[in-house]
Amino acid sequence: MRSTAPAQTAGSAGRPRLARSVRLRFDPARGRSVLLTPEAVTVLNGTGAAVLELCDGRRTTAEIVAELRGRYAHVDDDEVRAFVDRLTARRWLEIGNGEAGRGQARHGQRRG
Amino acid sequence: MGSAVDSPAVDRPFGLLAELTYGCPLHCSYCSNPLELAAHTDELTTAEWQRVLVEARDLGVLQLHLSGGEPLLRRDLPGIVRYAAELGLYTNLITSALGLTPRRAEELLAAGLDHVQISLQSDEAALSDRLAGVRSFERKLVAARLVKELGWPLTLNVVLHRHNVDRVAGILDLAEQLGADRIELAHTQYYGWALRNRDGLLPSRAQLARAEDVVRAARGRLQGRMEVIYVLPDYHSRYPKPCMGGWGRRQLTVVPDGDVLPCPTAHTLPLPRASVREHSLAWIWERSPLFQRFRGTNWMPDPCRSCDRRELDFGGCRCQAFQLTGDAARTDPVCHLSPDHGLVAAAVAAADEEARSRDTVLIPRRSR
Repeated sequence: MRSTAPAQTAGSAGRPRLARSVRLRFDPARGRSVLLTPEAVTVLNGTGAAVLELCDGRRTTAEIVAELRGRYAHVDDDEVRAFVDRLTARRWLEIGNGEAGRGQARHGQRRG
Repeated sequence: MGSAVDSPAVDRPFGLLAELTYGCPLHCSYCSNPLELAAHTDELTTAEWQRVLVEARDLGVLQLHLSGGEPLLRRDLPGIVRYAAELGLYTNLITSALGLTPRRAEELLAAGLDHVQISLQSDEAALSDRLAGVRSFERKLVAARLVKELGWPLTLNVVLHRHNVDRVAGILDLAEQLGADRIELAHTQYYGWALRNRDGLLPSRAQLARAEDVVRAARGRLQGRMEVIYVLPDYHSRYPKPCMGGWGRRQLTVVPDGDVLPCPTAHTLPLPRASVREHSLAWIWERSPLFQRFRGTNWMPDPCRSCDRRELDFGGCRCQAFQLTGDAARTDPVCHLSPDHGLVAAAVAAADEEARSRDTVLIPRRSR
């Protein structure tokens, strides 16, 4: 059931999604989006949050970049890929094969 | 970051450790719970915990670590989890796994529990059960498999000491077999029962060196599959640990009877108490004398005051300073720059005498 493998990277065709133990939330107390993992809290900047909101297991990284370009003036392709790879290496993101929606159903329901 | 006095904006806490009960079916001799467990039996009610959670959320807490004792002993645990999940808190259960039956696990899953951490004492039944003081090993394995079957991420917590540190390779193999996502191999920290049993628990330097080799090799082998966290024993380090990431800076603990602490063992310090039964969590975090006492760096004596590392390790651990020197405001004696470092060095040197028996009598913690 685990879809990440050593040294796997998203490339442009992979479909990243949040790992099962990871939650993306908006924190009203700090006015920022945060990534919650078993032992860490990462306070995200606007761009990081925008990327992660699009990591739904359906969009490819290339599609995420395209989507961001529709919203922001300057979107660096390499930077987005590097960000996705970094979080994948930490196993906070998983690279799905496009059928992520189903497996995540229960997970999604539980997310407040 | 200055003290609270010259920086009125106190940081917001990220994590709340909720010690729901000090009751526990295990009797581990390294437990960090207080020695006088019977003094803490007046546990917060469900409604009181709910109020604490709302106040914690408002204060900025994002992660809730549910611990004890054994949190599963609280019958209202699923209700507390559900309440926390609805507030948007990330919920993490830290358990011995005794009492994690299929039915209980399903309830917790339905309540929205995000993550489970199960303690392991060793990789084989006889030693594990001896260390836990109760037959528990097989039940832990069953519960760990259940956690994975239900699709939760699984972290295994192993407290290391003289009696199991030579088993690290076997422990890592077991964790791999169980499909653990993370394993925390954390050397014993000497508080509560562990301090009382320190001489029987401290490993030798040779043991540490062997364990570190095993961990290094395992990290390479398991990369991308299982995260291996290895927490160095502070007695053997040159510098102290940045205890709790700084006093009253990132974390707070609420103990079973409602006292709020900057760290789980701070009840040992001669400081005024602060309880959720008497004050709001916000007042306690921002203004109570307890939380203000060691915030920032202004309280520091030398050598910390003039040290480049004062914002990195915050002078180490106040409880350790107090327990070893009788003065909570001294530099943590673990630091090689501390004038009291000889106290730690002597204990470490004694542990290096391989002749010392491994069968030192360890005093098991009481149930309550």
